[in-house]
Amino acid sequence: MVDETKPDKATIIVHSGDMDKIYSALIVANGALSMGMEASLYFTFWGLQRLQKGGLEKGPLSKMHYMGLGKSMIKSRMKKANVASLEHLFKDFKELGGKVIACEMTMEIMGVSKEDLDQNLIDEYGAVGTYIHEARDSKITLFI
Amino acid sequence: MADIKIDVKGETCPVPLVEMRKALKKAAPGEIVEVEGTHPASKKEIPMAVESLGAELVGVEEEDGVWKIRIRK
Repeated sequence: MVDETKPDKATIIVHSGDMDKIYSALIVANGALSMGMEASLYFTFWGLQRLQKGGLEKGPLSKMHYMGLGKSMIKSRMKKANVASLEHLFKDFKELGGKVIACEMTMEIMGVSKEDLDQNLIDEYGAVGTYIHEARDSKITLFI
Repeated sequence: MADIKIDVKGETCPVPLVEMRKALKKAAPGEIVEVEGTHPASKKEIPMAVESLGAELVGVEEEDGVWKIRIRK
């Protein structure tokens, strides 16, 4: 029998909007969910831009972006290796019960309104208190 | 033999693990889920996940680079 009671938690702050780091966040989160943990992603600062409508795949590469040349090279190599798209990973994340929190202060700083964000991706809006509340009893916390 | 069969041949990290989890969620208690794939790390990691999920690992086989893992929910 699968024990579904009181699972461990993983909470990840997604500060970076870089494509490769969004991959890291989603892969770790999906791994955690697959191994029976709960997972929450807190999108803040540059990470929040990826929650804008149509913005998920738009992040630059954190290194060797070379005006998009490096990114397209990495993307073609990922395609060859059959790596899932960010959209696919996000869909799995939601299907396995992952939670997405958007940082309200970042929205204010960046002049982003709720209408600018993809509502299908976001579960709630919050601030640092929401993060600490979940992170304090998490087995894994990461800042990406 | 298996109640639910999933084919993740050619898929890479983290898809085999995720698909196993999705199938196990859909399965009824006692049902057998069979996962077939080629991603080497997943052959080790799916049994780890099965253990943390409290499910039962029924068997792991491999032939010509294709592994088959059977899990009872």
